[in-house]
Amino acid sequence: MKRVFASAHVKRLFSALAALAILELMTGPPGSALAPTAGFTGSFGEPASFLGLFRTQRWVLFLFLALVMYGLWSAWLVWGQQVRTATAKAVSAPRAATRTRPVRWGMAVVVLAVALLLPHLITDPFWQAAMVEQIAVYVLLALGLNVVVGFAGLLDLGFVAFYAIGAYTTAWVTGALPTAAPFGIHFNNFYAIPIAIALAMGSGIILGAPTLRLRGDYLAIVTLGFGEIITIFANNLYGITGGSQGTNTIPHFSLHVGPIKYLWGLTPVPYYYLTIVFVILFIAGFKLLEHSRVGRAWTAIREDEVAAESVGINPLKYKVMAFAIGASTAGFAGVVTASQSNTIFPSSFTLQFSINILVLVIFGGMGSITGVVLGAIVIQTGSMYLLHTPPAGYQPQDLYIYLGALLVVMMIFRPAGLVPSRRRHREIGLAEKGEGHMNEVLTGDTP
Amino acid sequence: MLEVHEAVVRYGAITALHGISFEVNQGEIVTLLGANGAGKSTTLRMLSGLHAPQSGHIMFEGQDVTKTKAHLFTSLGIGHVPEGRRIFPQMTVEENLEIGAFRRRGSYSDDLERMYETFPILKERRKQIGGNLSGGEQQMLAIGRALMGQPRLLLLDEPSMGLAPMIVDTIFRIIGEIRDSGTTVLLVEQNAAQALRLADRGYVMENGKIVFGDTASNLLTDARVRAVYLGENVES
Repeated sequence: MKRVFASAHVKRLFSALAALAILELMTGPPGSALAPTAGFTGSFGEPASFLGLFRTQRWVLFLFLALVMYGLWSAWLVWGQQVRTATAKAVSAPRAATRTRPVRWGMAVVVLAVALLLPHLITDPFWQAAMVEQIAVYVLLALGLNVVVGFAGLLDLGFVAFYAIGAYTTAWVTGALPTAAPFGIHFNNFYAIPIAIALAMGSGIILGAPTLRLRGDYLAIVTLGFGEIITIFANNLYGITGGSQGTNTIPHFSLHVGPIKYLWGLTPVPYYYLTIVFVILFIAGFKLLEHSRVGRAWTAIREDEVAAESVGINPLKYKVMAFAIGASTAGFAGVVTASQSNTIFPSSFTLQFSINILVLVIFGGMGSITGVVLGAIVIQTGSMYLLHTPPAGYQPQDLYIYLGALLVVMMIFRPAGLVPSRRRHREIGLAEKGEGHMNEVLTGDTP
Repeated sequence: MLEVHEAVVRYGAITALHGISFEVNQGEIVTLLGANGAGKSTTLRMLSGLHAPQSGHIMFEGQDVTKTKAHLFTSLGIGHVPEGRRIFPQMTVEENLEIGAFRRRGSYSDDLERMYETFPILKERRKQIGGNLSGGEQQMLAIGRALMGQPRLLLLDEPSMGLAPMIVDTIFRIIGEIRDSGTTVLLVEQNAAQALRLADRGYVMENGKIVFGDTASNLLTDARVRAVYLGENVES
């Protein structure tokens, strides 16, 4: 008790104050050209209420919260170990149970049932649309990027390019672009699926074959450039892509087999089911791939490329394969989005989009299929919630501040992601001790 | 079995190998000796396809493999135990061994059992991850992984590096057993005395050249070798 003012306490108190001050600025009002300091003064000076209990000013509220954080932190240092062992003891039995095969299948069935019933449980039109456009499609994209980043360990910052290729291919084969549809026939959207997948895969191979000899950050820069090139093409090739206006005449999916006729219309629910079917197919496919010979080759390349070569793995071949599989998944997601919304604009295919998908993968857990699916659902639901019911002072462009903060916190407390893949968890653990080759994967340094 | 003719390797402006020639015959252990920077590791990198020679050529079992890509060497029958072992740190011991058989078709469980017989310690540790093994165990794992590819020629790069003398003895005994079971071995070593006692023949490298080669027993008694590489530690 005598040592209350010892430096560790002071440090903790200041850290709590600093964290809350940053949070205060993040959640505060924006400034403007006329009042450049308004963002700062407003963040601290505006009135605020604490759960409706009392009204005060923001700085008082945050000072209070900082003290609470300091208190909790100090308590954690004292009792944290006990809490941790107690929780570890409490969850060890259920956790061991989830490792057994029947329980895993049972959980999968429950999750599937919930996924299938969801449109009947949530009838709000905003959420029904969001479930397709912003969640299910992003789950697909995250699954695809996970093959590239998580399985093969390649940093791809131009993932949006393949998504755009898928979307524009759909517009092209269905005759919605200024350029003529192939053979002058306006195909059904279902035909767009194989064509878009093939084109996205093809461009993945064309981009990958020469550039995948590069490592780490060099590859990231090349893919970044590729993403920008595709967007610029879409914007400027007016006669082919419709330029910055894009197109808004893409038809919906329709099924016309014998007596069965079905048209996917403006309502999102049929699209939800269509996407869910493909999500399940992709999950099953990627699970098989992960444990196949190809998956083992990816693991080997990710861990040590030279050693992989020495056991007879052709790194280029398997890297291009991962790249092409990721690309085709994005291409497929492009088909779904384009068909569902009927419209595509070049301005929706931005670098920010690629980064967003990468955030889902890193947050969920690189290399873990369950992780990235969960990560995509959690982050996209969260951002849609903020859009739908914004808290006071929230602007849509604030989203990336929060995502950034979330990633920083994640990297401190759960660097391997929400549901870490077992192997990735070990890799990051070893990299922290300065062993292994994880840093090589992330930075491209060759030891 | 393996013949290298006038191989030249350059890294940019620096010439690492100035036209070296040597041969390895079936059933031998041949050792390459030399100080740091003499070109031993470059030679092995060249022989495993990681760095193709700018001129000269490499023949393996009568086939020209000068320009062959690194990942195809295992299929040819050349196994490589790289410098620094380079096992896959997150894979279990068993997964490491299994991936050594990556290019093989069909079952390899017999070989896996054979590896566990040769290296009993690996059997004990089969479910542990490679990164948690000791240096000697990692070296055994690296050798085992290379043997899983059923090589007829095994290239070993500094297998004794950083290991305790007792472990080095074990490793060298195993290298001898590998030769006795019919696999030819090319051994690059700094530990000249021990390498020469095990090997049939040896070559001495200096500044990217092979300065001389002879039978191991002759090299052990050679005045130049004794002076430069064996120093005071000669026991033979």
